[in-house]
Amino acid sequence: MGADHAKLPPGLAPRLIAFCEELRSEGVALGSSEIMDAFAALDAVTWTVPADFREALAATVAKSQEDRRVFDLVFDRFFFRTSEAEAARRGIREDRRYEQGGSLDLEDLRDAIRQAIAAGRDGEMRDLARLAIAAFGRRGEGSGVVGVDVQRIRRALGLQAQSQRPEAPGPPLDREAIARFERHLRRELERGLIERTGKLPPSRPLADLDRALPTSPAQDLAAVHRAVAQLKRRLATLGHEQRGRGRGRVVDIRRTMRASLETGGVPLRLKYRPKRPRRPEIYVLCDVSTSVTSASVFFLSVLHALHDAFRKLRSFVFIERVSEVTDIFERERDFGAISARISSEGGVADVSGYTDYGRVWLELGELIGDDLDPRSTFIVLGDARTNGREPHADAFGRITERAGRTFWLNPEPRLYWNYGDSVMAAYEPHVTAAFECWTTRHLEDFVNVVAGGAARPS
Amino acid sequence: MEGRGAPASVGAVKKGLEAVGYLADEPAALVAYLAQRLGKPVLVEGPAGVGKTELAKAISRSSGRRLIRLQCYEGLDEAKALYEWNYRKQLLRIQSEGVAREGEAGGPPAGAWGDIFSEEFLLRRPLLEAIAADEPVVLLIDEIDKTDQEFEAMLLEVLSDFQISIPELGVIEARTHPIVVLTSNNSRELTEALKRRCLYLWLDYPSVEREMEIVRLHAPDIDERLARRLVEVVHMVRQLDLKKPPSIAESIDWARALILLGAGDLDRSVFERTMSIIVKHRSDMDLVAERVGVKLAGPLQAEAG
Repeated sequence: MGADHAKLPPGLAPRLIAFCEELRSEGVALGSSEIMDAFAALDAVTWTVPADFREALAATVAKSQEDRRVFDLVFDRFFFRTSEAEAARRGIREDRRYEQGGSLDLEDLRDAIRQAIAAGRDGEMRDLARLAIAAFGRRGEGSGVVGVDVQRIRRALGLQAQSQRPEAPGPPLDREAIARFERHLRRELERGLIERTGKLPPSRPLADLDRALPTSPAQDLAAVHRAVAQLKRRLATLGHEQRGRGRGRVVDIRRTMRASLETGGVPLRLKYRPKRPRRPEIYVLCDVSTSVTSASVFFLSVLHALHDAFRKLRSFVFIERVSEVTDIFERERDFGAISARISSEGGVADVSGYTDYGRVWLELGELIGDDLDPRSTFIVLGDARTNGREPHADAFGRITERAGRTFWLNPEPRLYWNYGDSVMAAYEPHVTAAFECWTTRHLEDFVNVVAGGAARPS
Repeated sequence: MEGRGAPASVGAVKKGLEAVGYLADEPAALVAYLAQRLGKPVLVEGPAGVGKTELAKAISRSSGRRLIRLQCYEGLDEAKALYEWNYRKQLLRIQSEGVAREGEAGGPPAGAWGDIFSEEFLLRRPLLEAIAADEPVVLLIDEIDKTDQEFEAMLLEVLSDFQISIPELGVIEARTHPIVVLTSNNSRELTEALKRRCLYLWLDYPSVEREMEIVRLHAPDIDERLARRLVEVVHMVRQLDLKKPPSIAESIDWARALILLGAGDLDRSVFERTMSIIVKHRSDMDLVAERVGVKLAGPLQAEAG
């Protein structure tokens, strides 16, 4: 993946095309027409202003917020690597005069860094990152592994998000800003490494973890909101797609004749009966034991954010016993408060705190067995790890018979199913479809299926 | 195809927009510049109330072009967007001609048929108006995410060739190249083909400094300290999980209201009295009063997320 930069023919055009290839490999849909537009746009701007160069490229190539995020990451990485490769080839080295300078006062350095992060000054952050690396490198703490060093330096500087250390002195910092500084640290460390070794480290694709479900509900609220907003958009699009189909629409005679009065009794315009989009009824059951908590709370909040797309939504949580939590979601809007209330009021743990699927099916059957009808959709989110207890697959079967469709979402990758105490095999025959669900993409695909009414092969 | 009088540089575009009262940041100015240089449509996405429509209006004012606006809504179809025949007038004409010729013997009223499909019976809707205009225009297609995919397909056809064929009249081609601006509130995904055709711009809520500049530009009588406080409070409100976060226009309205009320400072009582200018839902008002109102008793501290 990625052309060897030294071997490309000279000029900007091949490099731009290589850049677009890298974008494509990260999942951005780029066609030749967009590449042509990019060239035309770059023709019109001056390249000496880096912001203009970058924005012109982004306007023609990144056509949504998600694409723009990937674009930013790939842009930084690509042009950084290109310039570093060129520098390595020509034997240019950084002037590291300041490293021999006088002693660095760590407190001053910390304060300066906090100020720079809070103000978002990139140039300053870069210089301070170099100073920080010099300071800690001299102490002999560098390990040579970039990721580890970044974290060590961050910890030594005492940089933590405001939410975790509200009493820290100095301007408050948020996670995004600290991540930016970390990127500067990483880049300077890599730069040092390249200078020392004289060659580029292998390039890895952007971690899929960038797109994985957030592991803790309290942090990454921005990621949650992003995912929710995106799902809402997808559902809205889906509604449009279904409504737009002209075939099979019935002419509404009354409205047509009324409209014809405008045109002297001649029915020039046909009026159709409106087609109402299908709104499913949903019953959701979520495993909230420690192995699965964050994924399930996230999932529940996503569904409740979409409640206007579903006619009726009832949610339940369980560990050893089942408890309905529909009203918690209706009353609380704050994510943190929701998860706190569910864990405290859930009333779902009994003696051991380990999930007992069998018992849950028996209880659930009594709770909602009568309410289920062929129009309902029943969704289970869990890892099917029943800790050696009786799975009661037949009780599950009775519930799923009543519901129109049943889906199982497993937050573990498919490889782990049926490994250890997971009894997915006992439950799978009873469900319409079982999905693995540990990235937002899986979640989107799944929500499409639920709202669209069509089951796709998983 | 370059527009007539294309701007010389991004800086010139930025200054031009500022001169008509729109403070654009670098990406917005750059995309506006590219749109005029390359002749490509622009798709502007962003949350509601950040100035997407205003950008199109500002481009029209600063470049001296007339603005033609097509406001999209659900169920918008070709007849309302492109053109329509004025059926009632045509029928009336046919019937009145028929009455007039009743007295005469002879063949069918040939003259009437020819007249019916002439320019006087054609209702021009915004898209046709933009294409047939004599002087250059700015075509604003507002809130395109409210329409459906069929409409987008029709729009694509128009935008790619800049010509419309009316079966009875012939093909109408554009003599000048309009600047096309599409805005979307990001409520649904637009089709790939449309996005491919356009330059993309994401407009987000501005920073505190920038919003202060905007507020002071539109409400010049406000005191600087009060403006800063106001903008900081608005930013705090935006960070809450609201149904409808306050827009920039609402910040400006609030500034004007505070000037009218003669408020010297934004403390808790003033805030609670005037909160409804920026918060428009009952449930949101409760949340804001609880979270933000409490902080206003004393000196304000910026909160990060």
